[in-house]
Amino acid sequence: MTIALLEVSGLSCRRGGRRVFDALSFTLNAGELLALTGRNGSGKTTLLRALALLVPADKGSIRWRGQDVSDDREGWRGELAWLGHLEGLKGDLTVAENIAVAQRLRGQAEAADLDIALTAFGLAKLAQRPVRTLSAGQRRRAALARVAASRATTWLLDEPLNALDAAAREALQTALAAHLAAGGLAIAATHAPLAGARVLDMS
Amino acid sequence: MADLHFLANPARFRRFSQRVLPALSIVTALALAIGLYWGLVVAPPDYQQGDTVRIMFLHVPTASLAMGGYLLLAALGASLLVWRHPLAALMARATAPVGATYAAVCLITGSLWGRPMWGTYWVWDARLTSFLLLFFLYLGHIALSRAYDDSERGDRAAAILAIVGAINVPIIKFSVDWWNTLHQPASIMRMGGPSIDPSLLWPLFWMMGALALLFVTLVLLRTETEIDRRRLEIAENQD
Amino acid sequence: MTGFTALFLRDLRLVWRRPGDVAVVLAFFVVATVLFPLGIGPETNLLARIAAGILWCAALFASLLSLDRLFASDYEDGSLDLLLLAPWPLELAALAKCAAHWVVTGLPLAVLAPFLGVAFGLDDRSLMVLALTLLVGTPTLSLIGGLAAALTLGARRGGALLALLALPLCVPTLIFGASAIEATATGESFVVHLAILGALALVSLATLPWAIAAALRQAGE
Repeated sequence: MTIALLEVSGLSCRRGGRRVFDALSFTLNAGELLALTGRNGSGKTTLLRALALLVPADKGSIRWRGQDVSDDREGWRGELAWLGHLEGLKGDLTVAENIAVAQRLRGQAEAADLDIALTAFGLAKLAQRPVRTLSAGQRRRAALARVAASRATTWLLDEPLNALDAAAREALQTALAAHLAAGGLAIAATHAPLAGARVLDMS
Repeated sequence: MADLHFLANPARFRRFSQRVLPALSIVTALALAIGLYWGLVVAPPDYQQGDTVRIMFLHVPTASLAMGGYLLLAALGASLLVWRHPLAALMARATAPVGATYAAVCLITGSLWGRPMWGTYWVWDARLTSFLLLFFLYLGHIALSRAYDDSERGDRAAAILAIVGAINVPIIKFSVDWWNTLHQPASIMRMGGPSIDPSLLWPLFWMMGALALLFVTLVLLRTETEIDRRRLEIAENQD
Repeated sequence: MTGFTALFLRDLRLVWRRPGDVAVVLAFFVVATVLFPLGIGPETNLLARIAAGILWCAALFASLLSLDRLFASDYEDGSLDLLLLAPWPLELAALAKCAAHWVVTGLPLAVLAPFLGVAFGLDDRSLMVLALTLLVGTPTLSLIGGLAAALTLGARRGGALLALLALPLCVPTLIFGASAIEATATGESFVVHLAILGALALVSLATLPWAIAAALRQAGE
């Protein structure tokens, strides 16, 4: 039996003396998508942040290729692409600049995937527009294009379908499918169903 | 979902402090009464400064304890950040206002002492200025720890501030001394050293001990209050 | 280093897109300094004597004034998460942001200050020392202010609180910056003062990025 790519066991998290989630365990292999569902406040976002080591877990472990991720935090961060409920885009920079900067912040020098990602999310015409002039849905698409252009193995997505129209949802599903087919994995907190996802109900 | 595991340590502390506090309060009150009587009535007046020297019995101990209190804050901050010790956060919250009060008492007594010595309530003396800045550091800590809706964030932010502040205290002291010698070469207030008479030194030591006891008593008492307050907060968050 | 450079250049580019923000800080520096002669009176001897303190205090306030947005904009638009998740040390990110802040405030302040010093009747040598001390001292102010900015992310009363936290920590820099100029005026050497300012900058550089990174991490929790 091979080791799962990502193995979370007994993860517990507490905020302000309140238990957000307790003893959570799951494993994820290459090409798998995990959808976190559950009512508001059930800890989906906190779990995503705990997986990214943004929030410390009280108990439990997160293993990547059998190694505890807290042994090599920077290495683990290098595996991650993040989409939070805030897009993390700079209003005064253009869409293309935003994605290029994010790529360089991740240590990627080349911006080759940029055009592909922009086209995939229908942003080719908007590439040179400052982000502050975009609508909420367009920003969301720009942030998703940033994730798609990141070359990270693990996508952590918080409500990726928010504010997206039907075409953009389609584009996200396509991008996700391509990412998974290439051996990546993804975890998404979501209310709407995602095609091909294994579901983890948090409530 | 009630979860009081978080308070396991504080709860143990509470049992301890409830046992210790009554006796400690009595000892503190006695020590203070003896020290004040000794310092204000029994001890002889200074041959140069007369009765004003008695201000020293409050001024000098509060100065050292305010300084020590800030180091304690930094130590508590480190134990919160490194070991995530929940009690350290509550104790830091309890310590800061007590330390600030000691620094304030030190400043007020210093300026009262200055009146007969320098003919004015305030001079930019090196010691007074350093303690004014220490007082500001305390104020910053108190304001920061209470500036967040999420108290735990305030705890951690204030912990970082306390550590950086403690590293800076000697640098500030050094720079203020430098600045002071640059602008007014002769410092009038000289404390410590062999020049002080034993008849004044012993009550000074006693008052140091008594005020240290008072510091500990107040911190323990306030920590209990902080534990109760945090419990209430948690109970509110449950709903 | 790619990440460091990318972040540094990104912040410079953001300022470049909104030059008004920097212009306002520099204008504040000029206006605040000019107010002193109006309040104190135009007596040249007096002004020359207090010029060092006034220019340094005004530079300190101007530098703090611009700091409350240093991390706040990243915090508000979610970019901070991207910095926290970048696969290189957050300490370097903190340093890159403070360095960018210094380039757009500390550096222009140091360039601008001698021109204001002329209006206070400082001699040529003092003007040079003024620029030098600001050049060496303002990086410390950017780092201390950066820490205060990181600590107050998401706090109530952020701006005023930032000043309360940063100002006591800035005192040593202020003292040695201003006293270097005074020493020059009385014919003494300013080298010791400048060396201590440099030492303060190095100590800040060696310690504060860690504190800022710690503050940013807990802001991200």
